[in-house]
Amino acid sequence: MASTQAVVIPRSQIAGRRGRFPWHIIVFLAPATLIYTVFMVYPLLDSLRLSLFTRDEAGVESFAGLANYAALFFDPQWSDRFWNALGNNVLFFAVHMLVQNPIAIGLAALLALPNLRFTNTYRTLMFTPTLLSVVIIGFIWKLILSPTWGVAKSMLGTVGLGSLFAPWLGQEHSALITLALVSVWQWVGMPLLLTYAALLNIPDSLTEAARVDGAGQMTIFWRIKLPLIWPTIGMVTILTFVGNFNAFDLIYVAQGALAGPNFATDILGTFFYRTFFGFQLQLGDPTMGAAVATIMFLIILAGVMTYFYLVQRRLQRYEL
Amino acid sequence: MAANRSPRASTAIVHAVLLVYTVIALFPIVLVLFNAFKSRKAIFSQPLSPPGPDTFSLIGFDTVLTRSDFGLYFGNSLTVTLATLFLVVFLGAMAAWALSEYSFKGNAVLALYLAVGIMIPIRLGTVSILRLIVSLDLINTLAALILVYTAMGLPLSIFILSEFMRQIPKELKDSARCDGVGEYRIFYRIILPLVRPALATVAVFTMVPIWNDLWFPLILAPGDGTRTITLGVQQFVGQYVTDWNAVLASLTLAIIPVLVLYAFFSRQLIAGLTQGAVKG
Repeated sequence: MASTQAVVIPRSQIAGRRGRFPWHIIVFLAPATLIYTVFMVYPLLDSLRLSLFTRDEAGVESFAGLANYAALFFDPQWSDRFWNALGNNVLFFAVHMLVQNPIAIGLAALLALPNLRFTNTYRTLMFTPTLLSVVIIGFIWKLILSPTWGVAKSMLGTVGLGSLFAPWLGQEHSALITLALVSVWQWVGMPLLLTYAALLNIPDSLTEAARVDGAGQMTIFWRIKLPLIWPTIGMVTILTFVGNFNAFDLIYVAQGALAGPNFATDILGTFFYRTFFGFQLQLGDPTMGAAVATIMFLIILAGVMTYFYLVQRRLQRYEL
Repeated sequence: MAANRSPRASTAIVHAVLLVYTVIALFPIVLVLFNAFKSRKAIFSQPLSPPGPDTFSLIGFDTVLTRSDFGLYFGNSLTVTLATLFLVVFLGAMAAWALSEYSFKGNAVLALYLAVGIMIPIRLGTVSILRLIVSLDLINTLAALILVYTAMGLPLSIFILSEFMRQIPKELKDSARCDGVGEYRIFYRIILPLVRPALATVAVFTMVPIWNDLWFPLILAPGDGTRTITLGVQQFVGQYVTDWNAVLASLTLAIIPVLVLYAFFSRQLIAGLTQGAVKG
């Protein structure tokens, strides 16, 4: 973190400016700090405060303690949807960890092999989906997987697997996994680039000795390179975690705010949106929405803290 | 890649794997681009072939351009992204300079305060952001989006730029100070030009999520006049679900500018991302 750096004492303070109030420091810092405080920090804190209030029919807000949280956790009217969304979100994250990150690390390992040609072209092309809007990606896959168009079915048919096709997005048991895989397809580029950069940063001298001893590339990867890129994998994990527990766009675009079929694809982001903004017959409930946001905030905070305290501390021991 | 296999064979296998994944990554995008330029009949009868003389049709683009205001949406996205970019880079550089150069009470605390926003998604404050924007009478304005996105982009910008500014040799600044150059001029004339590569990195990190965002346009500026391209496409496709030509054409119109930009700047973008990775 930036704060741990030693502070440099500027020579300017010595050059005859002593005693004058350092207005320039204020001028440099004020605009950024002000915008950040007003439009990011204040709303985040104010959301925490709002989550302790409730709203009556007339729209008057009054303090209610932890009533919103109690409703979310235990009142079936809310808790069914809440636990469903949380469970789905955990599954959504698990798919990313088990599919996205291994694929990304595997591809990065291949790209980082010595003397491989066209690596720039490969990684540029592989990164393309990551650059596009989730909205675009959601619609593209919705079209491809649509039984009306039948592209997915006919493609599976050409490799003799046509019978495997089903309207995956429309079925309760497969919709969430399908969307998680679409998300994996889009975001693989990010961990791919991060691990690739980390692999390139490993000094040749470390792998050279092993090669001289007759170790193959596979052994070198598992025994030398992989242990060295654990810090990057830790970073990828926390970035994936924050991204997944904050996701919304893909589900909203592909399945709508109701996250169908029958809430099978509902995650915390879509649940938050519905609670706060309302949908169809249900009116929006800002204070309950703030409570959902606060829970998401605490989940993400817990993840980030775990990362910094456990992973980072443990990793420091391995640093070169 | 086992040691006993011939090097040439294993290289071929590596290329095969990479090629297969490249096809998987590009195929859906290419499929949409192909079919956007085909007649409705051809979209369904031969979805996998590129548009040919018999199947070529621009009917979808015709629908999109007459039925919706794509030019306006595009302009809105451009305004929001460029204005935010300027603020994030310029205000971020100013703050980063102050944090990395001057020693003052609370420097470390302020740096930490500003860095917290890197990890916490601003989306979680939406309930209060909406109230704030309403009370400022900025609902359905591009200014609302610009302010929120600037707050969102500043933490990472300040973090990256102060890392870079710490590496600037002291002699440069000191000699300027000895010549009596003021602090503002030092920043503007000496420091900013020196960290130009870092400014580009920050610009890339800032630009992509803003251009692609759906959440804040949906909540803060859903009006017809302020729709961004991402929201515009989302609403258009929702409305014309059954018009496959129009849907494919609108997706294509949203994809092409990004692909063109990427074709020009992919090298800088990827260098910036990997550099950021190594630093982080």
